[in-house]
Amino acid sequence: MTALLARIVASRLFWPLVMLAVLFVINVLAFPGFFSITVRDGNLYGSLIDILRNGAPMMIVAIGMTLVIATRGIDLSVGAVAAIAGSVACSILLGAPDPADPGTVAIAILTAVLIALVLGAWNGFLVAVVGIQPIIATLILMTAGRGAAMLITEGQILTVNSAPFKVLGAGFIWGVPVAIYLAAGAFLVAALFTRRTALGMLIEAVGINPEASRQAGVRARGLLFLVYIFAALCAAVGGLILTANTMAADANNVALFIELDAILAVVIGGTSLAGGRYSLVGTVVGALVIQTLVTTVYTVGIPPIITMVFKAVVVTLVCLLQSPTTNDALAAFRRRLALRAGKEAVSV
Amino acid sequence: MSTLIKTPAPTRFERMLHSTRSAFTSPKYGPVLVTAILFVVVFIVGGIRYPGFFAGQVILNLFVDNAYLIVLAVGMTFVILTGGIDLSVGAVVALSTMMVASLLQSGVPAVIVIPVIIVATTVLGLLVGLMVHYFKVQPFIATLAAMFLARGLCYVISQSSISISDQSFIALAVSRIPLGGGMSITWSVVIALVIVAIAVWTLHRTRFGRTVYAIGGGEQSAQLMGLPVARTKVLVYAVSGLCSGLAGILFSFYTLSGYPLTAIGTELDAIAAVVIGGTLLAGGYGFVLGSVLGVLVLGIIQTIITFEGTLSSWWTKIFIGALLLAFIGLQRVLTRRKT
Repeated sequence: MTALLARIVASRLFWPLVMLAVLFVINVLAFPGFFSITVRDGNLYGSLIDILRNGAPMMIVAIGMTLVIATRGIDLSVGAVAAIAGSVACSILLGAPDPADPGTVAIAILTAVLIALVLGAWNGFLVAVVGIQPIIATLILMTAGRGAAMLITEGQILTVNSAPFKVLGAGFIWGVPVAIYLAAGAFLVAALFTRRTALGMLIEAVGINPEASRQAGVRARGLLFLVYIFAALCAAVGGLILTANTMAADANNVALFIELDAILAVVIGGTSLAGGRYSLVGTVVGALVIQTLVTTVYTVGIPPIITMVFKAVVVTLVCLLQSPTTNDALAAFRRRLALRAGKEAVSV
Repeated sequence: MSTLIKTPAPTRFERMLHSTRSAFTSPKYGPVLVTAILFVVVFIVGGIRYPGFFAGQVILNLFVDNAYLIVLAVGMTFVILTGGIDLSVGAVVALSTMMVASLLQSGVPAVIVIPVIIVATTVLGLLVGLMVHYFKVQPFIATLAAMFLARGLCYVISQSSISISDQSFIALAVSRIPLGGGMSITWSVVIALVIVAIAVWTLHRTRFGRTVYAIGGGEQSAQLMGLPVARTKVLVYAVSGLCSGLAGILFSFYTLSGYPLTAIGTELDAIAAVVIGGTLLAGGYGFVLGSVLGVLVLGIIQTIITFEGTLSSWWTKIFIGALLLAFIGLQRVLTRRKT
């Protein structure tokens, strides 16, 4: 019994789930109808659905970020890539004779995704071939990318009117928001490719020790390309959802600070920033924790932008708890307790 | 009988050529020299293209407009020299402009406001340093958290712009020091140059400075040499915090207001200035004066874009990104050859 309990507590998902549960309890106390889900016009509505739907873009970005972090990297450019994807899609829609034509929307979305693939390959090139540290390599695109997005929108906020495009952000299929399907899709793609093939193990190998994995014959270069491209793809999907939600491409503000949210989701989910071990389920739970936190702050009546302070405190605490120093100190404390217990047993 | 082949003694010209080449290909001086040449070339191109570009005031304005960035780059140089990075500087600049604006608005005199802000941001930097060294959190994560915190605190102070109306503060901000010939600078420039002078002295004349270089060269070796690695590593982040706070004050001299979304992406400008100025991202090599040169290069590109008139401001960001990339590439080439 205690062994089972110990195993549950030791699980990487334990603390994130506890955090999520605590947030749920706070919400139910503040707002008794929190768990109720209603059906209106055949579509599902409710706080939980809102959390899933509003959290979907960040969750998708975070899933891409998880694989990058697993290779001991980081991708700071996801917000800029999201902004570029949104700007590209909107400017194509605006330039087309009929923005509501499904074919035009498909072209707009595909072009945005293709450009994101190129940007991801660019990041991968800088990291894998040129050998620039991932933070710096992606920092360049983080800032220059926003400039590029501004260039695409010519410095304006492009507002579009296109029903098929709006579906991406605000539509429903079988009563469930489209954004949730996209998040589930991103999760499934990442999970299938990394857990049903050897890809996940290779990614972990590169993250644990790039040099050793290279000598063992792992083609790190290709893998790095792959994870940065996947991260950019996720970022583009997130950016398209966010853009479709507001039906406007705002190069400066869309997905602003999303890279930080994504990193935070990954860290809360128990993936080590030192690379090597990762958990996609953890990332999903982490993203839910963040989105629920945002919702909670909102329900309590604090301006949502101030949640950044809470997030900063959370990320700091998680990092401090993850740190080897804390672990060593805890281990030493436990040893001392055990020693004392042993001495008492002897003296009795 | 053996014949002695005498190699002719290198002529003066050959020796000069050799020393020039080795200066350009050394990881220590190479990037700085390239930056200096780049600056001169851009300045000459600007002078040929635009009338009125070859004026002393154009150069002085580079300092006037970028005084805050010079101070930021100084702090960033210390951090990068140890092999670290500080992503929080932009947000800390924003936070200190917000603090300046809101404290002045609530009637606190400028003489008290300025030291309070500098102490606050230094303490923030110190905490980041403690996280980095004692808890072994990677610098970019620790400073990312600090960035988050500082941005969030900006919004806690106010979600809209606060203008500064304190008379003594405005007087300090707008008063100019005439240099003769119709040229003048602001007090911000004087403050920035004093900071640069202090930084140069600290890095090259003190034990602290030598330890900074030693950590960048190899933390373990520095430790084994008995240098105070822990204290120095924590202190560089405090120095960066101090510089960010001061830069924020200079920035509010410049804008005379506080706005929570201000200075987004300034960390890239600061990092770019340091890297373009020849400091190795891996640490160990670099000069504060190089970073100042880096700021001037970024500034003159901005000036060209202003003179050009047709180019929009977002080109600046793309240029800075491209330039940063080029210089990192240069660093890779130079360090690969030497090691």
